[in-house]
Order: sequence, then C-alpha cells, then structure tokens
Amino acid sequence: MRTPFFFIIALVVGAAVFGVALWKGGDYTFYAGYVVLQFIVLATAWNILGGYCGYVNFGSAAFFAVGAYCSVALHKFDPTKPLELCLSVWIPFTEIGFRACSTLNVSFLSPIFPLPIPALIVFGGLISGIVGLGMGYLTLRLRGAFFAIATLALAVVLQTMVVNWDYVGGSRGAYIIRPSELTFAGIKLGYIQYLFLIMMLLSVIALTLARLIERSRLGYGFATIRDDELAAEACGVPTLRLKLIATTISGMLMGMAGAPFPYYIGYLEPGTAFGLSYGVNSIAMPMIGGTTSWVGPLVGALIVATLQQWVTVTISSEWGVLIVGLLLIFFVIIAPKGVVGLVQATRRRFKTGEH
Amino acid sequence: MANSLTIEKIDAAYGAVRVLEDVTLDVKSGETVVLLGTNGNGKSTLIKCIMGMVRPSAGSITAEIDGVRHNLAKLTTEQIVELGIALVPEGRRLFPKLTVEENLLLGAFRPTARAQMKHNLEFCLECFPVLRERARQLAGSMSGGEQQMLALARALMLAPKILLVDEPSVGLAPILVSRTIDKIKELKDKYQLTVLMAEQNFHQAIRIADRGYVIVHGKIAFKGDTAEELNNNDLIRKFYLGL
Repeated sequence: MRTPFFFIIALVVGAAVFGVALWKGGDYTFYAGYVVLQFIVLATAWNILGGYCGYVNFGSAAFFAVGAYCSVALHKFDPTKPLELCLSVWIPFTEIGFRACSTLNVSFLSPIFPLPIPALIVFGGLISGIVGLGMGYLTLRLRGAFFAIATLALAVVLQTMVVNWDYVGGSRGAYIIRPSELTFAGIKLGYIQYLFLIMMLLSVIALTLARLIERSRLGYGFATIRDDELAAEACGVPTLRLKLIATTISGMLMGMAGAPFPYYIGYLEPGTAFGLSYGVNSIAMPMIGGTTSWVGPLVGALIVATLQQWVTVTISSEWGVLIVGLLLIFFVIIAPKGVVGLVQATRRRFKTGEH
Repeated sequence: MANSLTIEKIDAAYGAVRVLEDVTLDVKSGETVVLLGTNGNGKSTLIKCIMGMVRPSAGSITAEIDGVRHNLAKLTTEQIVELGIALVPEGRRLFPKLTVEENLLLGAFRPTARAQMKHNLEFCLECFPVLRERARQLAGSMSGGEQQMLALARALMLAPKILLVDEPSVGLAPILVSRTIDKIKELKDKYQLTVLMAEQNFHQAIRIADRGYVIVHGKIAFKGDTAEELNNNDLIRKFYLGL
C-alpha cells in the first residue's frame, strides 16, 4: 500500500473512531481516549529508535516533558513584557546573552499570542527534536545498558533544570487555564474533543511516518544497526548519521505528544511531566505489541493504555503500573516477539498445517 | 586499471594499549596478499585501520583506485566503502534477522553500488547458486559455510576494486575452510580483484596467496615475497607454527 493511501485510510479510521466517540460516548471517553492516543504516539516514537535501531531509550519522559514545558513557556509568554522574566533559569549561565535579550522588544508578536495548539506542537516537536539530536551526539557512542542509563540521566538533568526555572512554575508547577469549548469553522466543539482530535491526527501522522521509515532504505539501514553495527559499517551504512536521524525523529514525535499535555491536565508540575510511567510505558507498549513493525506499538498501546484506563476507574490508578509489569513478564515468557510476533507465528503454523 | 593499497609505518592503539607498531605493508594491483598471525597480534586492527574504523596514531594509508590516489586516513568508513574497498568482516557479521536477499541488497547501500544493484545481484547469485535457493530464508538460519558465502557475496554487491577478508576460516569445518578459500580465489580471478586476507590458517591461506606477511605482536616479523618463501621460512616455523 502506498503511503498517501495508507495515510488517508488511517485518517478515515481516526475520523470514524472520533465520530463513534462523539455519538456514543460521554466526555470521559474523550479523556481516556486522549491518554490512549498519546501513548500510541509515544510508543511509536520510542519504537523508531528502540525497535528499529535497537537503542533502548529510558528517557522518553524527558522528551515528553520538553514538549509539555515548551507549551507552558509559550503559553505564559507575553510579548509585551520584558524577555528577562522567562529566561530567569539561564541567568547564571549567560549574563551577557541575557542583557542583550532584555533590550529586545518583541511586542510586535502580540497579535499571534497565545499560540494555537497545532503551533505549540510544532514548537514542542522542534525543540525536543533538537534535544534528541544533542542527546544522540553525546550518547550514541554508548550501547546497550549504558545508552539506557545515559538517557535516564538526561531525564534527571532536564527535570532539575525545569525545577529551577521559575518562569514555568518551577517545582510549584504551572496552571494552564483552558477554554471550555471553542468554535471551529462555525461548529462548537468541547475542548477535550478538540484535544482528542488533535492527538488522533498526531497518532495518524506518527504511524504513517513509522510505516514509511520501516519500508524505506532508512528503515533497512536502521535494521542493520540493530542486527550488527560493525557489519553495517562494512556495508557502507553511515551508522552515526542514521542513528542521529533516529534519535531526532523519535525525540521530535515524543515532544509533539507532550505539547498539548498541559492543556489536557490543566496543572503541570515536573513530577508529572517527567513521571517514570512515561518512560516505562513507552518501552513496555512496543515490547508487548512487537518491536519490528509499526503495528506493534499501536497494538501494545491500545491494549496496555486501555487496560490502564479501565483499571484506573474500576480498581485504582496505582494498579495501572502493576498491570504493565505483569503484562510485560507475561509477554516476555509467552510471546517474546510481542502480539505481532505471536500472530505471525500462529498464522505460519496454520499455513504449514502443524499443530 | 591499477588498484593498490599502501600502508606505511602505521601505529595504532586502543587507549593505552598499543596494537600496531611501525607496520608497513603493500598490496599491488591484482595481487592476493595474506596477512598471517595468531590471535591477538593485530590482524583485525590493521584491517579496521584500512576501513577507517580505527584511526592510526601515526603513518599513512593510501589506496590507489583506478589510478587515483586516496588518503584513507582522512576518509570515513562510508567514504572508503564508496571508493570500492569492501570488507568481509571477521565472524561473517550478517544481519541474521533479515533474509538472504535483503542482506545482499544492503551490501549495495552506497549510491554507486545502488545504481547497479540489480545487475550485481544477478552476478552474485550466479557465483553463489546456493544463495539463489535461499533468497527468502533468514540469514541467521543458514549453516556456517553458507553464511560465509553470503558474507562474501554481500561484499561483492559493492562491485569492489579491493577486497579485504578478515579471517574467513573462523568457525568453519576444515572442508568448508578449503571451499571458502577456493571461492575467494575464484572471485579474485573472475573480477580481477586485489585481495588482502587476514588469516590464521597458514596452510589454507598460502594456497591462494601470491605473497604474504607475518605479523607478531603488532609488528611485521617477516615479509615473504613468494608463497614459497613463506612456506620454507624458519622464522615462520618458529614464531608461527611453533615447530
């Protein structure tokens, strides 16, 4: 199937899901659905680096939070006020740069602020893509567990910086007051429905991108890195460049998933944004679904995130984490290649007639 | 056209551990040169230096490809591969979870090789009929000998001018070692390749070598200008074969 065709089909499916939710479900459906969709994007993003290239990133939360805090900063940004307020965290580092900034007048930007969410997503994606590229440069000499530890450390470093950045609320957190509804081309839409729609679009984009990568030369290059990096080099695969592309795309998608988050949650503090559950979930979901294709993270996120949402309302939210752990153990034993691997193996067995 | 490789006085180290010391070696156009040495003497490091995977701390590595000289010490691995220098890595290093055909196509990752991918694939499958039968099979599921053939074929997908082979005999039964060595010879004659082969198996390697070097503790201990000279040398008997 060609990519544009796939994109259109995915869009239609997404629109259908939205339609059914609007018709049958209440507001809760959208609140829960948003989280599931957000994890589809996160899992797909993680899988581009972790599944295709074989580099396990434990710092998904860092990229997610970069996107989220990017939105907070831009939301709070008032072009008519002096710039120094928002740069307070950087003062110890760049006194001179800070002085230069304080003379800048950006009040001409005020008509476009506050920015709409799609613009925030673009910004969030851009910044966390840059963070991904930087992380790649610093850590891609490391492999296996060492790379995982380095990415975990990145999350800690960024969290410390955000805690000390007063402008976005520091450790107190930041309140984002969102409108309860908005009018979209004459149609009145609840804000949560709007967020859901945006996340749906983002999931479609992420899945299309992942599928495109998987079937391109880039995807083959990624697979060689996963299988044997030295052999990849001997074949002339520019391994460092491909790995940097992977960390950038992966980080970018995670940041995009994080950008609308402050508007969803209403109150954002570093502990939530950098929560370990994002890192763990975005690893567990592709693992449970299957890491070698774009279907895996989708299936994994659908299963795990839906289950978590269900458990949260029926039992308690604390159980959600336990569920992930149990599922992960279960799948490592029963289906090491995830749901996708399990389905493929079963199908093969039926074809050859073995039992 | 001349395709040769000249290594002059290179030193190389992994951190504080010196691996190569003042190594000088050359491979002339159309020659098969064998680099002999037991484990841990620096054979693979030398090969990695040529491929730009390890940077020598001193000395020069130049390759002449179609009569044009290139300073390999300044190029990245991708660029060296692009020039037409292919490596068959030690221990085969296939992509086990990809099919045989995908492995071969990945051999042609660089732009020039990609341009003639179909043609080269047909050539490879002609040289290695067994790979045609197994085109759809996962590379990791083949036997050691077949995997070695695939590793050779993958390097050929580049249509290389200079072929570097690092220990083709590793992990193979004696009969397969002999077959692999014959295949290298066959390919060399067919495509007029210039070959540098690092090998431990003295008797097998010497069958196809025009000449060779013995490397001991990172230094060239002996240079044999003919296969005969290598065969009848006391130094080799002492240092290498332990007789």
